[in-house]
Amino acid sequence: MSNAFLKIRNLSAQLHDGTPILRAVSLNLNPGEVHGLVGESGAGKSMIGKAVLGTLPHAIKITSGEIWLDGENLLTLPTAIWRKRIGARAALIPQDPLTALNPSRRIGPQITNRLVDILGWRRADAQTRALDLLAEVHIPDPERVMRAYPHELSGGMRQRILIASAFAAEPDMIIADEPTTALDVVVQKQILHLIRDMQQRHGTALLFVTHDLGVVSKTCQSLSILYAGRVVEETDIHSFFNGPAHAYSAALLAATPKYTAPTGSLKPVPQSVIDAVQGEIAAFDRLGRGGA
Amino acid sequence: MGDARAPRRPLGLRLWLSGGWLTLLVLAAILAPWISPQDPLAQDLFAGRLPPFWQAGAEPGYWLGTDSLGRDVLTRITYGAQVALVVALVAGTATCLVGATLGLIAGYYRGWVDLVVSRLIEIWMAFPPVLFAILLIAVLGPGLWSIVIAIVVIDWTRFARVVRAEAMSQSAMDYVASAQVAGRGRMGIMLAEILPNVMATIVTMLTLEMGIAVIIEAILSFVNLSISTDFPTWGGMISEGRLSVHQAWWVLVFPLIALFLTVLSFSQLGEGLKDRFDPVLR
Repeated sequence: MSNAFLKIRNLSAQLHDGTPILRAVSLNLNPGEVHGLVGESGAGKSMIGKAVLGTLPHAIKITSGEIWLDGENLLTLPTAIWRKRIGARAALIPQDPLTALNPSRRIGPQITNRLVDILGWRRADAQTRALDLLAEVHIPDPERVMRAYPHELSGGMRQRILIASAFAAEPDMIIADEPTTALDVVVQKQILHLIRDMQQRHGTALLFVTHDLGVVSKTCQSLSILYAGRVVEETDIHSFFNGPAHAYSAALLAATPKYTAPTGSLKPVPQSVIDAVQGEIAAFDRLGRGGA
Repeated sequence: MGDARAPRRPLGLRLWLSGGWLTLLVLAAILAPWISPQDPLAQDLFAGRLPPFWQAGAEPGYWLGTDSLGRDVLTRITYGAQVALVVALVAGTATCLVGATLGLIAGYYRGWVDLVVSRLIEIWMAFPPVLFAILLIAVLGPGLWSIVIAIVVIDWTRFARVVRAEAMSQSAMDYVASAQVAGRGRMGIMLAEILPNVMATIVTMLTLEMGIAVIIEAILSFVNLSISTDFPTWGGMISEGRLSVHQAWWVLVFPLIALFLTVLSFSQLGEGLKDRFDPVLR
């Protein structure tokens, strides 16, 4: 675990009225690894991703903890430098493809600007690279898509573009924030395949935020279970599905519907377990936009 | 997904009519010294209260009649258009620049800037605007620039409030977070990512504000606080026409129609232009 290139140590964050959002969260992301971040809505899983990227909502402040990237604690850096460091190494696949592309700009520049601005590529090279990547995520007629505006494309297409865009600068790490939640099941499956495929081909580490254990079982090598802003369990995928250590994880696993027994198997997480985890989920209306 | 590049939609009737009236007005204002049938200030007490051309007793050359001092109404409307249009363009644009800039910065940067701008807006909104304008003119003294300044000072909040709200909702979008992670500076994000998405709103409000500026100028003229009382303004004509409305209704009605059509055209132009600036509708 010591060679992890992203290390989060005891990260705590709260709303300005003191409501805790994250409580002493620690996790590791090794090079090339896919790590799942699982929890209910409001558990704080998206907030971990946002904290790493330095894009937390205004209302949420980090109170303590460390985020180590390559032996450098990001939290000690000024925001501008923090974003520069993380921008060169990490990328984001956002939750909602409909709001993640600027509606008034064409697709092409939205992919290439990143390469030109951060990595100092020549515009022509960036253009070629973008076309290659669009082809790699199975977009028909990339030339035309590059000239299109986001509203001219479907949700699935836009999510593919965002995936291509995330891989464009060959980052070492990608944070995928519920990348399939806004899509229907068929497209979900394609997008999941695509992300895993791209991840394996490019050898990128992936922090995969999701509430779907089914997705985790197919995608991740290790995972952290979050509840009320606290990591209740960090483990590898096999030991988790063969018998989670924490009572909440076990209850969460038991609550997953199974195709083999469609009606009888739906079990809510018991109240006794929730009480045992100490701490409540922040009320929905007090969370920033994007919830979770 | 349709055509990547949809053909440009034809201009609607709304744009044609409003654009047509405003073009006519601009031409009339520019060409006033050459096309006006009469001198706007020449008084002729023997030709007082002549009716418009279709009524009995009308005289050729005085198409829309004369006021009680014998000045030609049509001529004075064309000259009045000069003031109205200059005020619309200069005051409208200046108001838009001041208000939209403050709103954009407050909505995107938030923090103490937003606190200051928001409190200013709230304080401003508590003043009755017309009285505020009258007070300002009284302090600044009458004149075209005083009117422009008064309009900017009383109306910037209109832009600031709306643009601030728009900028705030755009800032919460994921594309802004992506741009941040992509290492773009705050200023860069504000200008390159957020501004284009607020532009449709700004343009609509700009044309609306031009109409409002014309109305404010007319109100100030009406209470004799506009530019010098000699020069014809629509508000001044309405104010004078009011005194003789029972004997010569045309002195009041024609400048009123010009005012009405101009303000309506500005707002309709804005509605029409909004569609062209909206990325989804474009």
